[in-house]
Amino acid sequence: MSKKSAKDTPREENPPVDAAVVPDGTGDATGKDTGAASPAPDGAATEATAGDGAGTPAAGATVTETPRASEPVAPPVLDKGENVLEVRDLVKHFPITQGIVLRRKVGAVQAVDGINLDLRRGETLGIVGESGCGKSTLAKLLIGLERPTSGTIKVRGQDLTELRGGDLLAARRNIQMVFQDPYTSLNPRMTVGDLIGEPFEIHTDVVPRQGRRQRVQELLDLVGLNPDHINRYPHQFSGGQRQRIGIARALALEPEVLLCDEPVSALDVSIQAQVINLLEKLQDELGLSYLFIAHDLSVVRHIADKLGVMYLGRVVEYGNAEEIYEAPTHPYTQALLSAVPVPDPKLRGMRDEIVLEGDVPSPANPPSGCRFRTRCWKAEDVCAEETPLLQVRENSRHASACHFAQKRDVVHGSA
Amino acid sequence: MSIVSRMKKQTAPSTSGRPEADSSAPLLEVENLQVEFRTRDGVAKAVNGVTFTLEAGRTRAILGESGSGKSVTAQAIMGILDSPPGYVTGGAVRHRGVDMLKLNREQRRLMRGSTVAMIFQDALSALNPVFTVGFQLGEMFRVHRGMSRKDARTKAIELLDLVRIPGAAQRVDDYPHQFSGGMRQRVMIAMALALDPEILIADEPTTALDVTVQAQIMKLLAELQQERSMGLLLITHDMGVVADVADDISVMYAGRVVEQAPVSEIYDAPAHPYTKSLLESIPRVDLRGQELSVIKGLPPTLTAMPPGCSFAPRCYMAREKCGQEAPPAFDVAADRISRCHYWDEVHPA
Ligand SMILES: Nc1ncnc2c1ncn2[C@@H]1O[C@H](COP(=O)(O)OP(=O)(O)OP(=O)(O)O)[C@@H](O)[C@H]1O
Ligand SMILES: Nc1ncnc2c1ncn2[C@@H]1O[C@H](COP(=O)(O)OP(=O)(O)O)[C@@H](O)[C@H]1O
Ligand code: SF4
Ligand code: SF4
Ligand SMILES: [Mg+2]
Ligand SMILES: [Mg+2]
Repeated sequence: MSKKSAKDTPREENPPVDAAVVPDGTGDATGKDTGAASPAPDGAATEATAGDGAGTPAAGATVTETPRASEPVAPPVLDKGENVLEVRDLVKHFPITQGIVLRRKVGAVQAVDGINLDLRRGETLGIVGESGCGKSTLAKLLIGLERPTSGTIKVRGQDLTELRGGDLLAARRNIQMVFQDPYTSLNPRMTVGDLIGEPFEIHTDVVPRQGRRQRVQELLDLVGLNPDHINRYPHQFSGGQRQRIGIARALALEPEVLLCDEPVSALDVSIQAQVINLLEKLQDELGLSYLFIAHDLSVVRHIADKLGVMYLGRVVEYGNAEEIYEAPTHPYTQALLSAVPVPDPKLRGMRDEIVLEGDVPSPANPPSGCRFRTRCWKAEDVCAEETPLLQVRENSRHASACHFAQKRDVVHGSA
Repeated sequence: MSIVSRMKKQTAPSTSGRPEADSSAPLLEVENLQVEFRTRDGVAKAVNGVTFTLEAGRTRAILGESGSGKSVTAQAIMGILDSPPGYVTGGAVRHRGVDMLKLNREQRRLMRGSTVAMIFQDALSALNPVFTVGFQLGEMFRVHRGMSRKDARTKAIELLDLVRIPGAAQRVDDYPHQFSGGMRQRVMIAMALALDPEILIADEPTTALDVTVQAQIMKLLAELQQERSMGLLLITHDMGVVADVADDISVMYAGRVVEQAPVSEIYDAPAHPYTKSLLESIPRVDLRGQELSVIKGLPPTLTAMPPGCSFAPRCYMAREKCGQEAPPAFDVAADRISRCHYWDEVHPA
């Protein structure tokens, strides 16, 4: 067998560590380890090279604040290239408490720990990483199902973490979610019409009451379902069809951003392609932006323009998806991509496969410095001492949070 | 030789009244297997004429989407079919020439674990949460081999070591929930290997796992299989995993094997429209911007099968004959069959 264990992999040449970007130690006074979270200026540098050069640096400085009245004014259409969603230094720590009467905080699960992301109009940002790395927590923060510990989430320049009441409700319209499990995410006692029309009950101003039935039928048609099936119940539909219902429901309020958390994982391969193609069609027609969370790296490669690779609550590699798939520079990304089986028996044993040892450490007690260091074959003393920033490194145009970032093609057979 | 296989020699299971095995016959031979479920909605032919052989040291993949009959095939071979409502209504499952379907309950029970063993997709629900991992592993040796508690515990540690669980001697007294998903799957493998089976059935062993853990588990399985020269029946819906590890493949659709061949031949030149469409509908991690072709519609309901070819409602090649006559298994080549009237017109992309 020609599979290489991680340990046998020859050490690559180490690029010099840029002293200027190394954070001072492992945490600040509050005990929050902000090392991986590039502060706004670095975020800008990250973004500038993350895409294919199409955009201007995104962070903080150049955001146009759209003052928002609470009456429903159609938001101005953004040009492709403007950020519809900006996430800065987003942190979610779940407290671990002890005691029944006096609940003492004894620690925290660092589910999301300093994340920066940008999503432009019409763009798809893929988020990948292993179970428990914080993908769903990130999605819940963005959709408002969880309150962030700190950080900002800007939708069209408005910080959701600062809005309250009607303003918040109005801003939330713009960002909707498609859930993983089409079997449990739809209330079995509601008809398809009620399910898709439910958002109109909360946002009553979107479609006048008498026009709702027709709007629901238009949505059914849009996602490729029969508009005549408006009175059916979820159990009368297959998994793929239920996922279409979930998509129609998410589209009811005409959002600009769709968060898709594992939208095709529960579906059979022959049905997956139907839903992926539908999402692509809707993006073209409606100019939607997707944050696409999935553990299937092949599906993400197919659909994503930009990619964020997460490990233990942090983004370790970020930028143009094509570039990362072809030449990942972070050892974790390399291991992850190399493990994906390719459906071509001719390539068997020819991939540069890195089999990782051990398990992911607990997010309640993550390793100091680089969180991947306990499983990394390139780790050195500096990795335990200094948190590698997510930034563009030598020889590569996208950002990587590794002191020793180095390109390595792992998805193609080495002939 | 491993400890487990040495131990097996000490006490061979009693095989009173059992037909003599023929060591020159294939390790596992499934012939025209028929399984049906008798439910309120009618009779569902979950497995309808599955035929294949598996030799020692080889890996056969059974590929198909959910509901196609993969697990039911495995359960029938293992002798653990849920009955009622499930019944084997025809065919044979031969181990070295002996039809296991004809054995009595006790003879069958003795073969489970020692001749054929199985790994399930969901390791957590397959393990008992109230007993330690060591106790559950040890039970195999106490029940099947009559070992003392102390010896069985020693064996359990050896097995945990075999499946590369670090600190086996310490972990042996842990409960299943204290293990990660990947480690639980290793425990399942350990349990399946305890009695040194000749045939290992792995039903979607990595479907619930992350890709890096999947890689660890597949590597472990492949090594153990080679070491022990087991026949591995790998049930999966992942065409990537099949390409990586299998020698032969049986593609199932609605209870039937629609195409069967050595792996390389199927990927190079599928001889059934379903296989071809599947291959064209999966994105690949090593290719940029491919078009994904779509298989329209849904698989049929087993209690209301269409007449003729069961793939006809979704087939891009379907013609009049397809809706009338069920295609038989055509011999495309030696070792290769296709259930398509027009198999010779299916061309690679
Ligand atoms: N409400 C909560 N309270 C405490 N810990 C939580 C909570 N929600 C999530 N976590 C923890 O946060 C971490 C990240 O969880 P999350 O669900 O975001 O992972 P994920 O990347 O979506 O994983 P998967 O791929 O399995 O869906 C995990 O360790 C999880 O156990
Ligand atoms: N215990 C059961 N009772 C009734 N029907 C069953 C039972 N187990 C499986 N089936 C049916 O048999 C068919 C094949 O199932 P299965 O072999 O589990 O599919 P898969 O290929 O996904 O493993 C399905 O239609 C399923 O609903
Ligand atoms: S910084 Fe992290 S990923 Fe990079 S070499 Fe060190 S341990 Fe490995
Ligand atoms: S027999 Fe007809 S319907 Fe069936 S797979 Fe072949 S061409 Fe398609
Ligand atoms: Mg999740
Ligand atoms: Mg199954």
